Amino acid sequence: MEKVLFIIFAVVAVLSALNILLQRSPLYSALSLIGTLASVSALFVMLNAQFIAAIQIVVYAGAIMVLFVFVIMLLNEPKGVPHIDKQRGLRFLAIPFAGLLLAEAFYVVSSVQLQQPATLSKVENPDQAFGTTWSIGTALYTHYLLPFEVTSVLILMAVVGAMVLARRDGD
Amino acid sequence: MISLSWYLGLSALLFTIGAIGVIIKRNVITIFLCIELMLNAVNLSFVSLSSYFKEISGQLFVFIVMTVAAAEAAVGLAIIISIFRNRASLNVDEADNLKM
Repeated sequence: MEKVLFIIFAVVAVLSALNILLQRSPLYSALSLIGTLASVSALFVMLNAQFIAAIQIVVYAGAIMVLFVFVIMLLNEPKGVPHIDKQRGLRFLAIPFAGLLLAEAFYVVSSVQLQQPATLSKVENPDQAFGTTWSIGTALYTHYLLPFEVTSVLILMAVVGAMVLARRDGD
Repeated sequence: MISLSWYLGLSALLFTIGAIGVIIKRNVITIFLCIELMLNAVNLSFVSLSSYFKEISGQLFVFIVMTVAAAEAAVGLAIIISIFRNRASLNVDEADNLKM
């Protein structure tokens, strides 16, 4: 079962990575990269890295790729914009996919079992907590506190640098 | 249980595809996307080695790499915008002022 899942996600990752090279328009390349990121995130879950997988979806596929798509739209190469009229068939695919997503959400909500907060915060066996927020947070705020703080300075520098670089001269 | 070598092989394959993209593509945004793909391939090998050795440090490295990737994307896209404003083109071959 695990091997089948690995093969599925690996094939999806490699095919969408190759699709980045084959597409001429950067917008389609960005969308294929999201496919690669999502399947690599699924592999992270299989490797006991649940927190990293969630961060991968939220930060990479969410924030960074939205930034890319914004810039592609802003620079507006004439070939880079897809024609909506040609993709009328996608409209009929949207409803089954939305239904699938809704069914999945209902399944997750109905199958989850609420626990008392006291049992959630206590971790008896550190080996079982590998890859959860508990183990990552413990290591990040003890052994790796200095790199974590330096990272915040890096982000601040990137914010200031991006604003200076993208500003027009007249402003 | 899947052996470690499969994950490392997939990581190497994704990294190679990204490197090929950086070399053959001429659009600066696509080159940037390929750099993100290479970073992600390295993240995959970090996480698989971390899971193999039961050592959490690998996942923390991935955390730091993602932060650096976010900073790099912000600065890099700002540079792309200013290049496009000056040259009205996204082709890297036309931005060759520093070439000898």
